[in-house]
Amino acid sequence: MQLPLADIIVLEFCQYLSGPCAGLRLADLGARVIKIEHPLTGEGGRKLAIKNMWVDDDNSLLFNTINRNKESFAIDMGNAGDMVWLKKLIGKAHVLVHNFRPGAMERKLLGYEDVVKLNPSIVYAQISGYGEAGPLHKKPGQDLLVQSLSGLTYTTGSASDIPTALGLGIGDYLCGNQAVQFIIAALIKSKKTGKGTLLQLSLLESLIDFQFEFFTTYFQSHKMPQRAGFNNAHALLSAPYGIYKTSDGYIAIAMVPIRQLNKILQSKALEQYDEQDCFRKRDEIKKRIAEKIATNTSQYWLQKSKELDLWVMPVLNWKEMSATAGYKVLDMEQTIKLPGNKAFITTRCPVRINGRILKSGKAAPQVGENNAGIKASLS
Amino acid sequence: MDKLLDNILVVDFSQFLSGPSTSLRLADMGARVIKVEKPVTGDICRTLYVSDVMLEGGESTIFHAINRNKESFVADLKETASLESVKKLLNHADVIVHNFRPGVMERLGLDYEKVKVMNPGIVYGEISGYGQEGEWKDLPGQDLLAQAVSGITYLTGSGEEAPVPMGVAVADIIAGTHLTQGILAALFQRMRSGEGSLIQVSMLESLLDFQFEVLTCFLNDGNDLPVRSKVNGAHAYIAAPYGIYQTADGYLAIAMAPVTKLADLLQVNALCGYTNPQDWFNKRDEIKAILAKALSTKSTAHWLAILEPEDIWCADVYDYDRLIVSEAYKLLKMEQWVTSNGLKVKTTRCPVRVNGKSLTSPKGAPSLGENSREIEDEFDL
Repeated sequence: MQLPLADIIVLEFCQYLSGPCAGLRLADLGARVIKIEHPLTGEGGRKLAIKNMWVDDDNSLLFNTINRNKESFAIDMGNAGDMVWLKKLIGKAHVLVHNFRPGAMERKLLGYEDVVKLNPSIVYAQISGYGEAGPLHKKPGQDLLVQSLSGLTYTTGSASDIPTALGLGIGDYLCGNQAVQFIIAALIKSKKTGKGTLLQLSLLESLIDFQFEFFTTYFQSHKMPQRAGFNNAHALLSAPYGIYKTSDGYIAIAMVPIRQLNKILQSKALEQYDEQDCFRKRDEIKKRIAEKIATNTSQYWLQKSKELDLWVMPVLNWKEMSATAGYKVLDMEQTIKLPGNKAFITTRCPVRINGRILKSGKAAPQVGENNAGIKASLS
Repeated sequence: MDKLLDNILVVDFSQFLSGPSTSLRLADMGARVIKVEKPVTGDICRTLYVSDVMLEGGESTIFHAINRNKESFVADLKETASLESVKKLLNHADVIVHNFRPGVMERLGLDYEKVKVMNPGIVYGEISGYGQEGEWKDLPGQDLLAQAVSGITYLTGSGEEAPVPMGVAVADIIAGTHLTQGILAALFQRMRSGEGSLIQVSMLESLLDFQFEVLTCFLNDGNDLPVRSKVNGAHAYIAAPYGIYQTADGYLAIAMAPVTKLADLLQVNALCGYTNPQDWFNKRDEIKAILAKALSTKSTAHWLAILEPEDIWCADVYDYDRLIVSEAYKLLKMEQWVTSNGLKVKTTRCPVRVNGKSLTSPKGAPSLGENSREIEDEFDL
């Protein structure tokens, strides 16, 4: 099967997660993604490890997770000879994506206005923390900081908790994924009209968009959405929505009409409430539900819920999840081969095309690994 | 300004958030989106009253956020004549989106194999909860439930507390984002091959992809589960000081920073002993506890004035009231007014700027069946 982005060349001037996760998705969809790196240092993410896990002396597992299936072209942008090669390569590329701080690419004469002169049909995507201007534009575009400034930390955790960060790089990840959407849309336009496009994204705008339901509600009410006081799972939703402790674990209960739920709970204390009470009195209702749920096992409640087709699921950790048939049938894992008979396991692209899953066993490149081949193709 | 997507017709059967967020983004890019809705109730999201806030006329605010810039066509898919009309409409479509449970479109004769026969160039996008096969395939693809089985609830919150779901419909939004990527890639391929494609995503696979960095760690370290920091947890795999701290008058977020430098700048003697960077992870709970105590004594502004000039990665923690009056937010011009059936609704815009311009559209969510008559006439249904 020919992949949809076959023959598309993407130049990735990116580090860490936001831009590189965009490059990874484009690669999995068939594009040839070339990381542009400094010959000595390489991308900063190479040296960033979690749990001190490395695939070799120079590269972390984290870097390999985000940058598999790519090539590397090492260029010193301060060297005139190197810049000649880079400009030749830009002339052949279809997409350029960068996540430098605002102004950095312009100073190297690689801003959109410069690049579009070298390649009039280029799709040029830039990712910043907070946009290109304003009081925050020089602040580091770091995920936790953007979460904190975007209001997001007031959506998670319960009312008495301090603002609670979402425990993953949601700003980086979402922004990178939105970049992929718009890069492909701009490729469609470029193919049709021959015209290039400048795309500008920021982590802050992506996280405001992420909260668009909350903001739209807030604009009408002029009141901050209030996290539930107990077992909060979504500030705008009524009881029973949340995660509950059973006698041996946890279950999640989504939208279930309170009377329906009480068919399995059989709680006298819940009989006094009807559906209209479920937002206003959600905390007291949820506490009463919790008292009952705590008296029996997860399996018991899941079985009872299944009989009535109630929206209830077990809360699993990764060990429990990866042992289920529901996980295994997804075939979500793939093995990436490394030099020296080594390998690691990672997840695959989440999109299926014509019923097929997309896997690629190609590891992340070493710095400058593809210089010779790329130069030969440009000569 | 010319749009990214011109002359693309999207016929959208989806409800709630995941699929509709895909068609919203395609609409932002310039596609024409027709929602196919059942008579009387339409998309269930119309009457999904969240919180106690609703618009004049009783519709939910979230429906309007998700469905602006779309048209509405009413059809009862269980009735032959209506189904035939919809099939005729599909002959003109470039993209189909649906998020029914597996099997529903097959029973209606609207699955990819059937539609492809009528319209070989169709790009057919579908979102399920847990994929098309296996023990979970018929279970409701609902955001909190997908979060619950994906392991993600053990990443947010602190220490031994109960699993904490992300308080935004993250599975819906990410699955919708991935579906948009796949649909656009298929549209691009169609320009070269003339052929359409089937694009499938599921909420669970999307949440697994969202966790790809930390899940890869788990898959290669002997299946060690994540351990959340006991104090002000913000990321299970990142060392102290990473977290949000209470100050005398609010909160302060601190990302990655050398603990020794913080000890110095904040003049916290108790932190001076932590000179080995490995301890910043291994002893993060005690370091963060010391830091939390120290930071609680003065205002957020006081700490920012010390830390920001020294390039420590830190920020104030805003709620919406403070965010929307900030200079940075105002400059982004993230808000737009849309008009829906005479009613003006303020919402946010598409987050991406194209050729320096924000993508906005004054068109609000359609009322149920608002465009049925004109669509019938236009496509001779």
